[in-house]
Amino acid sequence: MNTPLWEVFVRARNGLAHKHVGSVHAADATMAVQAARDVYTRRGEGLSLWVVPSNEIVASDPADKDMLFEPTGSKIYRHPTFYAVPEEVGHM
Amino acid sequence: MATTSISVDETPRLRNLLMLADDALILGHRLSEWTGHAPTLEEELALTNIALDLIGQARALYQATGLDEDALAYLRDPNRFRNTLIAELPNGDFAFTIVRLFLVSTASDLYWRATVASDDPDLAAIAAKAEKETAYHVRHAADWLVRLGDGTDESHRRAQTALNALWPFTGELAGRPAWLRAVAPVLARATLTQPADGWMQSGGRDGRHTEHLGHLLAEMQILPRTYPGATW
Repeated sequence: MNTPLWEVFVRARNGLAHKHVGSVHAADATMAVQAARDVYTRRGEGLSLWVVPSNEIVASDPADKDMLFEPTGSKIYRHPTFYAVPEEVGHM
Repeated sequence: MATTSISVDETPRLRNLLMLADDALILGHRLSEWTGHAPTLEEELALTNIALDLIGQARALYQATGLDEDALAYLRDPNRFRNTLIAELPNGDFAFTIVRLFLVSTASDLYWRATVASDDPDLAAIAAKAEKETAYHVRHAADWLVRLGDGTDESHRRAQTALNALWPFTGELAGRPAWLRAVAPVLARATLTQPADGWMQSGGRDGRHTEHLGHLLAEMQILPRTYPGATW
């Protein structure tokens, strides 16, 4: 198939962020939303859908992995694990 | 066939429920035949999702009769089925499948939207659920129809050929004046020529079917007729 590829993001509930779930092939944006609905929300997974052309995704270079991500490994104080999150806050 | 076919005494309510249920079951079965054969994985799931919606509608409608839903689906002979002829025609190519789905689901959607306010509480409850399902069937089929009709020379030709072949079968669809008003603008967007109304096929509601229904039912009914009461 030479139809364009689209990345699919589903938001399951109010208050949550859209989450990447996979991709679909579709000729245009309208049909991509329908394909995403038909492939990824068959079991009540979604309240909202985004589709994004896959070739519009800008990705980090795997060769930069150490430079980009390793320095955070030693900075445990950035994790919010020293605080109690009140119940009423819900999803964070 | 090892089991005896059933026939039921049709009150007006039962006959109406059977017409609606048989339409949904037979078109749902046709769409399920695309499983493993659709042009793309995405479209295969789209068509089988629609098939499952329709088979679910059929079950709810059979249950509303108060009779055994399995017996109604599996133990009636072709001449006892009340579906429209357009629902039982073989799938043909993808264009034929989409054109048929568009023509039929447009009529179904208009019917279910009006039936949400029905005096029959069973039917009103089914309509409330079915209306959302058929609204999507119409949208999906219409969006495809526009892309096929206004696509390549070949997709246009196939869509127009399907439309011409199916048009004489649209006389059995309910609420035809409103249906024509809903169908015409989509055909125009798809750059398809609306065929003139001529002689129309009929007989499905009275059990006079095309030769295709018997073959469809043979495949659909063989297991419960050969192994009565079989369970998974």
